[in-house]
Amino acid sequence: MTGELSSPARMNYLDAIVQAQIEEMERDERVIMMGEDIAIYGSGDLLERFGADRIWAMPISETSFTGVGIGAAISGLRPIIDLNIASFMYLASDQIINQAAKLRFMTGGQVKVPIVFRVCMYYGAAIAAQHSDRPYPLFMNVPGLKIISPTTPADVKGLLKSAIRDDDPVLFFEDTKLWTTKGEVSSDADALVPIGKADIRRAGSDVTIVAIAGAMRPVLEAAAELEASGISVEVIDPRTLKPLDMPAIIQSVAKTGRLVLVENAHRMVNASSEIAAIVCEEAFDSLRKPIVRLAAPDVHVPFSPVLEQAMYPGKSQIIAAVRKLL
Amino acid sequence: MGLLGVQRLEAYRRMLRIRKFEEEGVRLFLAGVIPGAYHASIGQEATIVGACMALRNDDAMTGTHRSHGHPIGKGARLDGLMAELMGKQTGICKGRGGSMHLADNSVGIIGESAIVGGGIPLATGVGLSAKVRRTDQVCLCFFGDGAVNQGTFHESLNMASLWKLPVIYLCENNGYAITTSLAGSHGQTDIAKRADGYGLPGVVVDGQEIDAVYEATAQAVARARANQGPTLVEAKTYRFDEHQVGLIVPGQPYRTAAEVEQYRTQRDPIALYRSVMLDSGMEAHELDAIEREVTAEVAQAIEFGEGSPFPSVASLFDDLYSEPLNPGAESRRATR
Repeated sequence: MTGELSSPARMNYLDAIVQAQIEEMERDERVIMMGEDIAIYGSGDLLERFGADRIWAMPISETSFTGVGIGAAISGLRPIIDLNIASFMYLASDQIINQAAKLRFMTGGQVKVPIVFRVCMYYGAAIAAQHSDRPYPLFMNVPGLKIISPTTPADVKGLLKSAIRDDDPVLFFEDTKLWTTKGEVSSDADALVPIGKADIRRAGSDVTIVAIAGAMRPVLEAAAELEASGISVEVIDPRTLKPLDMPAIIQSVAKTGRLVLVENAHRMVNASSEIAAIVCEEAFDSLRKPIVRLAAPDVHVPFSPVLEQAMYPGKSQIIAAVRKLL
Repeated sequence: MGLLGVQRLEAYRRMLRIRKFEEEGVRLFLAGVIPGAYHASIGQEATIVGACMALRNDDAMTGTHRSHGHPIGKGARLDGLMAELMGKQTGICKGRGGSMHLADNSVGIIGESAIVGGGIPLATGVGLSAKVRRTDQVCLCFFGDGAVNQGTFHESLNMASLWKLPVIYLCENNGYAITTSLAGSHGQTDIAKRADGYGLPGVVVDGQEIDAVYEATAQAVARARANQGPTLVEAKTYRFDEHQVGLIVPGQPYRTAAEVEQYRTQRDPIALYRSVMLDSGMEAHELDAIEREVTAEVAQAIEFGEGSPFPSVASLFDDLYSEPLNPGAESRRATR
């Protein structure tokens, strides 16, 4: 690590994505990018910088260009596939699940699939159900994938770089609610954040809150407000959803005895379901109160902003959930 | 121009390897030695081998659920293939793939997809990769007539044409998608014509004539290596057996016994090629010697498979990821 040689820069979540991609493309000529409209909306001057051999503008063929990326990954490249809106993954899911996730296993390790899929979860923007999904729980159910969804610019950069260097398929769920989040980011081109490691965003002793992706914002606001009234909340950011860093969560629950899980995916079989199940299986004796889960209800995202606003757990619900446990 | 000289003997040998491997495989499947489902390539040998003979060793390939012929056609050893069918640790895929997924990467196969049409984008991606890496490798993409109706066929041909990718799309048109005929599932039954819609050449060949398949594929390979882009080759072939061994097709037969018999007796690609070679002055004893060698090779592969151990349950997670997930990871919890 040569972090001390260059000073960290302050940037937002989107800038961190752009910088991670540029650094990795400069570092490794096998890294290419593919996606619809990326030559135009290509996160900076990618096309001018790297040329059309490495920045591939795709026709609207999500199923097949996903497979094209997988074929390229198996044969010596390390593609970053920008699938844009997360619900477009459904078109690509056959290739992601049946090919990318399975080929290493099904060939007994003869091939590897080093590929990154970028998707953004673009909810809360009055664009209705077909553009507003947060579908990472579906993919958590698929062996062979790795899934990241960091919440800070530093983690975005470090985890995306790890994902690009990883030899397995990695899904990167970007949360547009975090796009404007600013933070210090290392300028060291080799500063990585490991896949599979949670981070304690705020240390505390009374209640553990695990906040996933865009839920981090209201959770941190709630934690600050609770602290003002003498309640100490520990906030954990899993950062990686597959594999989950359960030891970090279990260790925190051992300290606090109380667990609140917050995320913006639908409630039914989401990431919190799995975390809650494992805590019950492996750390039941640590729990002083039942686990509380806050999530979007099991109904589609409506168009009308008045209706959509009520979908996702907010600061007041999080505060109420914590108070209920004390 | 068809196959020449020593290539002809090699082609004959590979077709016989497929035939005898499959005949023995069917026997072992019916005897319960091979589990799962068995999709034999008998009848389609000339299409497979003719296309593969036009490739270099370092060219890539993707295939289908009817996967046994493809690696053999590309020159793979038989022992790992037979062991795989038996679900053994020494199988080419360590017992993780089985009958529908006999991918041997040592001969360039990156996957045999049992999702119909699933391998077509992968092959297209290999073409894109070859272009980016500036190699002159090509990718041969096998798929059936049924796959032509998948969106992946259309999307992939469009992209390959757009970027002039070095891919040969080779349709093993055996006439039936399980029981559904071309006439029953294609608005327009000339598959090669579909190429017109995407701006690439489409050619039709008699898939029972190995020289014809070789020639068409060799031309497509030459175009691909010269950066002239992809070609769609439709090889009209026939599967002698059912879609899968032992499949009971209820109701009205979807093809007549007379049709099957006609292909078996008049259009057997191996018998046809044997005649061609004998007519061109090859001695029968040379061909018989090849047949004896192949019979021994298959027997040896069976012996290898039967003598190999099954994978240990402890190895279940091997090759799921490039490195095992951390010990606390959820995927391993169930087996702790």
